Amino acid sequence: MIKKLRNITGKTSPPVITVAVLLIIWFAVCKGEIVPAFMLPSPADVARAFASNIEYMAREAIVTLQEAVYGLIAGIALAFVLATLMDKYDFIYKAFYPLLVISQTIPTIAIAPLLVLWMGYGMAPRITLVIITTFFPIAIGLLDGYKSTDIDSINLLRSMGAGRLQIFRHVKLPTAVPGFFSGLRIASSYAVIGALIAEWLGGNNGLGVYMTRVKKAYSFDKMFAVIVFICAVSLLLMAFVRLIERISLPYRKTRISRPETIKRR
Amino acid sequence: MTVLSANHIYKSFGEKQVLNDVSVCLNDGELVSLLGVSGGGKTTLFNVLSGIYLPDSGEVYLKDENVTGKPGKVSYMLQKDLLLPYKKVIDNVSLPLLINGKSKKEARETAGAYFEIFGLDGTQEMYPDALSGGMRQRAALLRTYLASEGVALLDEPFSALDTITKSRMHKWYLEIMKEINLSTLFITHDIDEAILLSDRIYILNGGRITQETVIDSAEKRNPDFNLTGEFLEYKKKIKSFLE
Repeated sequence: MIKKLRNITGKTSPPVITVAVLLIIWFAVCKGEIVPAFMLPSPADVARAFASNIEYMAREAIVTLQEAVYGLIAGIALAFVLATLMDKYDFIYKAFYPLLVISQTIPTIAIAPLLVLWMGYGMAPRITLVIITTFFPIAIGLLDGYKSTDIDSINLLRSMGAGRLQIFRHVKLPTAVPGFFSGLRIASSYAVIGALIAEWLGGNNGLGVYMTRVKKAYSFDKMFAVIVFICAVSLLLMAFVRLIERISLPYRKTRISRPETIKRR
Repeated sequence: MTVLSANHIYKSFGEKQVLNDVSVCLNDGELVSLLGVSGGGKTTLFNVLSGIYLPDSGEVYLKDENVTGKPGKVSYMLQKDLLLPYKKVIDNVSLPLLINGKSKKEARETAGAYFEIFGLDGTQEMYPDALSGGMRQRAALLRTYLASEGVALLDEPFSALDTITKSRMHKWYLEIMKEINLSTLFITHDIDEAILLSDRIYILNGGRITQETVIDSAEKRNPDFNLTGEFLEYKKKIKSFLE
């Protein structure tokens, strides 16, 4: 039995099987009318809603994605400046580190309406919210990266006559890049969620607004469709970050050994 | 001719006097070892020689130039090769040239010319992770050579290597020193290694040079030197100095 299972998993990847099984259960639940159809639409209904709304969702998604990407870029810039200063000057580190941590305990849901009140229904409050949610993981990733620099490497460069800027360029910055990307990967998924929450609370375009609209209409099938769509958008953004990471860290290719390459017997 | 000399160096950290009137010199083409127990001030002396630390008093001369507290003239190499994993071997090796203001292309060309002599040909475009321990040390050595015009400070460079690789590296190192006219100041705590490689040995103990031994055996470059009675005599003598 186990052998048979392993044969199956050997041919198709495990996550595909998991999803397929879940879909079958979902389908069965709807078919057997265990949950009323208006509360839980069947996968087929969702697929239909997805197909018929995709153009509309894509149009709204462009707005959301724009906010997420602009916010992410600004978040990166802010995180870069702050982390670099924090690494360089100890008093800035001490002054800002607690604030950084506290800023993460503020519920985004609570500040989003404030931002909307202050900045209006345009893109500004949404981008601001994305910046607030994304810059923390990036800044922490960068900081950890900077801190992991080997002091011996820095001394070696100094013995070669390198100045501070050269040490930063040749040692500190490249050492911090992997940490930066781990932060950015997390931040990129936060970015979409941040933009959605801000849209949810006010405005007249974007996927978040669309979500509130279908919710008010009790169109469960469309809600599921939009959730699937948002997942896809987030995954796309994360994949994009991965791609940039691969390109900027060519030396890592030889090192990363993934668990699936280890064959079990 | 003296290529590198440190005269009456004093250096303390807080209350702790780490170097106490230390004078060493290195002549052209020589290999001189600094032998001593850990914490004896060897590494501090190296940092003074390479200009990273400014001594409390005393001077460091590279040929006729006063280089006290001036980094960028004499570079060193540690047991850790400190090759940057994100730079290709050629860029690692040519880094000192780049830092001294050469263009990337120029630096690569200058460094590239030495790859064959150092037995590194073909590794130019590789990342350091793809190299073996011995190869990495060679690359680090080439980088040191390019950083410091004929003088190399080596801080236990071979101590992480296995015995066979180590003795191969010893042989190789003595050859290449002659070929590129390199003078070497060498830190080690391995008495055998010091006797085998050195022309002279300084013993650094408690922040002072307590003894200087010249190895002038006729057998000294013979591969079986360490099996001779003369070798053991040297070893006995040096051991007694260290205790």
